[in-house]
Amino acid sequence: MDEKQLIPGLFRTEYQKMVSVLSSVFGINHIEIAEDIVSDTFLSATEVWSMKGVPENPAAWLYAVAKNKTRNYLKRANLYEQKITPELKDNFENPNGEIEIDLTEKNIKDSQLAMIFVVCNPCNSNEAQVTLALNLLCGFDVNEIADAFLTNRETIYKRINRAKEKLKEKKIEIEHPSVPEVENRLDNVLKTIYLLFSEGYYSTSQNITLRKDLCVEAMRLTYILLQNAPTNLPKVNALMALMCFHASRFEARIDGEGELILYHDQDELLWNKELIELGAQFLSLSSSGNVISQYHLEAGIAYCHTMKDESAEKWERILELHNSLLILEYSSVAALNRTYALSKVKGKQQAILAAEKLKLTGNQFYDALLGVLYTGIDDEKALVHFESAFCLARTAADKNIIEKHIRDLQSKGK
Amino acid sequence: MKQFLLIFRNNVQTLEFQPSLQELQEAAREWQNWFGGIAAQNKLVRPLQRWDPRGIVISREKAWTGPYVELKECIGGLMIIQAHDYGDALEIARDCPALLTGGNVEIRMAV
Repeated sequence: MDEKQLIPGLFRTEYQKMVSVLSSVFGINHIEIAEDIVSDTFLSATEVWSMKGVPENPAAWLYAVAKNKTRNYLKRANLYEQKITPELKDNFENPNGEIEIDLTEKNIKDSQLAMIFVVCNPCNSNEAQVTLALNLLCGFDVNEIADAFLTNRETIYKRINRAKEKLKEKKIEIEHPSVPEVENRLDNVLKTIYLLFSEGYYSTSQNITLRKDLCVEAMRLTYILLQNAPTNLPKVNALMALMCFHASRFEARIDGEGELILYHDQDELLWNKELIELGAQFLSLSSSGNVISQYHLEAGIAYCHTMKDESAEKWERILELHNSLLILEYSSVAALNRTYALSKVKGKQQAILAAEKLKLTGNQFYDALLGVLYTGIDDEKALVHFESAFCLARTAADKNIIEKHIRDLQSKGK
Repeated sequence: MKQFLLIFRNNVQTLEFQPSLQELQEAAREWQNWFGGIAAQNKLVRPLQRWDPRGIVISREKAWTGPYVELKECIGGLMIIQAHDYGDALEIARDCPALLTGGNVEIRMAV
């Protein structure tokens, strides 16, 4: 493989590892130094490898160069600026006074976990946490993040810097989380990772590769949590199962033009069987302990949807899981999905009664649901709701789907 | 929105009535659906709490442990919801599965 393809691949896998290790020695106040050293290392790789060829073990080469650059930086800083405090120096120096940076697999794993907990700190908004995660934990550059969020690079640049400043201001330590800390903070970490996944899964960005990368990264971060004993907990396995089940439909839900294909119209053969199986394994791992999290319930629902048959038992199970999910925590999406499941179990008439009580006026998905429920019961009402959903819809993909419903109804009426 | 306490009382006059496993499961599903429907309207104030079905009732003269055959009814459970007014709360309580088996629901507004 030539270095043109090799370097971006290594950048994705190694950048965040190196930044994590160096950041945990430099501390949050000097996080830019860590980033600069690692970026500089990749720049050297591009230059050197194009002239001298790719070394035998490219990752080891990167680590060695990063170590050297750090050593040089520390010497200079000590000589000229005294910027590095004595305590910080203790992090580097071995008993012989030599500068040492631990790039063993174990330390990389520990540092990555520590960084995940720093980046997913609730002192920043959810949006800022996701952006920072993409940047520091996943090695995405500002352009890629701007593309994923459908915004411009200045906005993202500012958001990242503000988020870093906030972490410094709050003096957040980069350290391996203790057991009570894991208990307190894990929920927020999982929420950020799930948002990162959803950003990729539900984004309207046309860049499909990028969207898939976002999902893969969210799964990779969850996998890091699973590899560390204190965070290898049932709900983390449940989140992993949920993401596997969703990801299994990635290919089937988008057509060649990037248009969304609804569940019923998806080609089952395009569902990724390996991911479904993997998800089932994580789901069974998640069933130990006595805590049922939102991820357990959502993974259970997603698992039911991996079976395309329309049996009564399947929908009863889905309704039950949605009930539990809503009792745990309300969300309008869950309320709408629950009502759809109710229509499958108790019929459209009952579901319409329940739907009318939801009072989610102004929500396009509410009108779309009412449109579906009234279809065949009161087609005129169905049409009114679909038309209202069409006006409320913001994306072309949503508008297309609703338009199809409207066309179907109109042709039925003729 | 105001908060309301709903207290469900089961009718235990017919202690001989022993539902089958299937009937119990069906009843549990009805309750779950009712809870889910309230939660879907975002009118559930706190997560549901399970209560010990026995418990103790005291009067000046004596104390009973459940089930309260003497009282002819017992509290099956209670929950706190939010609703606009008594009418709204009543609308929700009307679908309570306890009513189907001779029980009742008491509604109290938080003041």
